[in-house]
Amino acid sequence: MGLTDLSVKIGSLTLANPLIAASGCFGYGVEYAGVVDLSHLGGVAVKGLFLTERQGHPPERIVETPAGMLNAIGLQGIGVHRFIKEKLPELRERRATVIVNICGSTLDEYVELSRILSDAEGVAAIELNISCPNIKEGGITFGCSLHGTFDVVSAVRKVTRLPIIPKLTPNVTDVASFAKASEDAGADAVSLVNTFLAMAIDVETRRPKLSNIVGGLSGPAIRPIAVRMVYDCHRAVKIPVIGMGGIASAKDVLEFMIAGASAVQVGTANFADPFIWSKLLDGITEYLNRHHIPRVSDLTGTVDTGVHAAH
Amino acid sequence: MPVDVEARVISNTRLSPDYNVIALAAPEIARAAAPGQFVMVKPAQASAPLLRRPFSVFEVLRTNGRIEGLTLLSKRIGTTTNLLFNAAVGDVISCLGPLGRPFDLIDPPAEAWMVAGGVGLAPFATLAEALQSRGINVTLIYGARTSRELFYLDWFRTRGVRVLLATEDGSSGDRGRVTVPLERELQAASDRNVMVYACGPEPMLEAVAHLASRYGRPSQVSVERVMGCGLGGCYSCVIPVRNDNGGQHYVRSCIAGPVFSGEEIVWD
Repeated sequence: MGLTDLSVKIGSLTLANPLIAASGCFGYGVEYAGVVDLSHLGGVAVKGLFLTERQGHPPERIVETPAGMLNAIGLQGIGVHRFIKEKLPELRERRATVIVNICGSTLDEYVELSRILSDAEGVAAIELNISCPNIKEGGITFGCSLHGTFDVVSAVRKVTRLPIIPKLTPNVTDVASFAKASEDAGADAVSLVNTFLAMAIDVETRRPKLSNIVGGLSGPAIRPIAVRMVYDCHRAVKIPVIGMGGIASAKDVLEFMIAGASAVQVGTANFADPFIWSKLLDGITEYLNRHHIPRVSDLTGTVDTGVHAAH
Repeated sequence: MPVDVEARVISNTRLSPDYNVIALAAPEIARAAAPGQFVMVKPAQASAPLLRRPFSVFEVLRTNGRIEGLTLLSKRIGTTTNLLFNAAVGDVISCLGPLGRPFDLIDPPAEAWMVAGGVGLAPFATLAEALQSRGINVTLIYGARTSRELFYLDWFRTRGVRVLLATEDGSSGDRGRVTVPLERELQAASDRNVMVYACGPEPMLEAVAHLASRYGRPSQVSVERVMGCGLGGCYSCVIPVRNDNGGQHYVRSCIAGPVFSGEEIVWD
């Protein structure tokens, strides 16, 4: 058992295992310190941070849909400065591998955030949130334009040595081209997918179920679409792909890795089961042993489509 | 620290066509829970619903002094409450808790008035026991649409809790809302030290908090918001509270609450 190697590499960063808590689904990590040893996670992607504090949207902010969850939180957050002062020391003390998700309204804000975080002790990587469907300004405008994606990644690349991971939106025609633009601009990895823009209506009142009218869909409902997008991106780029979208079991983790993910993020499933992490690791280890695979990283991109190389 | 217990259903008692009390074998949670805390539950096997739903711990079950589990008071409205209504003895319910900020307990000579609306009765059985063990006089002011939706009256009365009722159709106690007996009591108790505890629909909580405040009495209200995780991860269950500089901001009712001072909440 002990011989199984669960570590994975994301650029220069080595994670203890492929499981990362997804941004927006794990608070600032410290909220979960009572139920999970944060150092046992591959990484903790903290809730998206702007330069300043944000209120977020009024309730209702979530609604459950078939096999999924629709949310429009609106990136309520304490801002980067309070994060560094109030949360980062505890994350450091608990030996969490911290991936800071950042959001900006302008390119300059992404650059400024990256500068600030590069000087902070205990940040392992920066995830660029260019894909939140729930706020009007910034973010998604970069994530839906190839030039915008290229420009924001290039600009951040110039000011930090930390691994940069743009988080991509699925709300585009060809997500692989955005992975390629990210790679060309110097990204160390890409993560995908953020949520699918979606809507739910109460037919009795004819009112939207979310205060923001529309929101982002996550959970098992989106999993097969996300797997396909990870597969496409893995074939399009050489940098690691971090896959996510409805992962709720070890089998789901394995499916994403076989499709092409080097690591995965788990979000919605953590809400239903905050103790999911050790169950996922046990399931992955059992699979690797049963298939005599020494390293979990050996799985990445090994899907057998029946099309073999000609040579 | 909360724990997740795969809890067997010990019993499931239907109180009315909509209300039930379900007993769950989760002694670890029952032992640790303080009055006002809640659990997040979902059926262990079903794939739907995806997310857990929050319930106040209603009773702590004891046999010969040993804690065996807890009960939940539920009114069926959606998927989870229907599953709880129909659950059979032996079914397994996944139960995560205890969670949230409990009620602040008071000391004598103050007395406690617990104001409950409908299923908002839930946190007051354990609160009454905890307060009485401190020597506090406890009054339950309990309202529902009709007398057929008033439950556990004997449970409270046999424990020495004074019970005042209000029903919208006048079939028990005062006709109208709980604020009718509450205001009368507030007028009569001008020389006494009282803490008002409240749980029920938000418009009721708002009315109770305002009334308590108008008569110079402190209040603690237990709110229920749409909640995704119960641990502070999702930021869905927020409620606006006043801050020091005169503004307001959202806090997560799962970890900053569900119990708040009636004066700190910014009501809609």
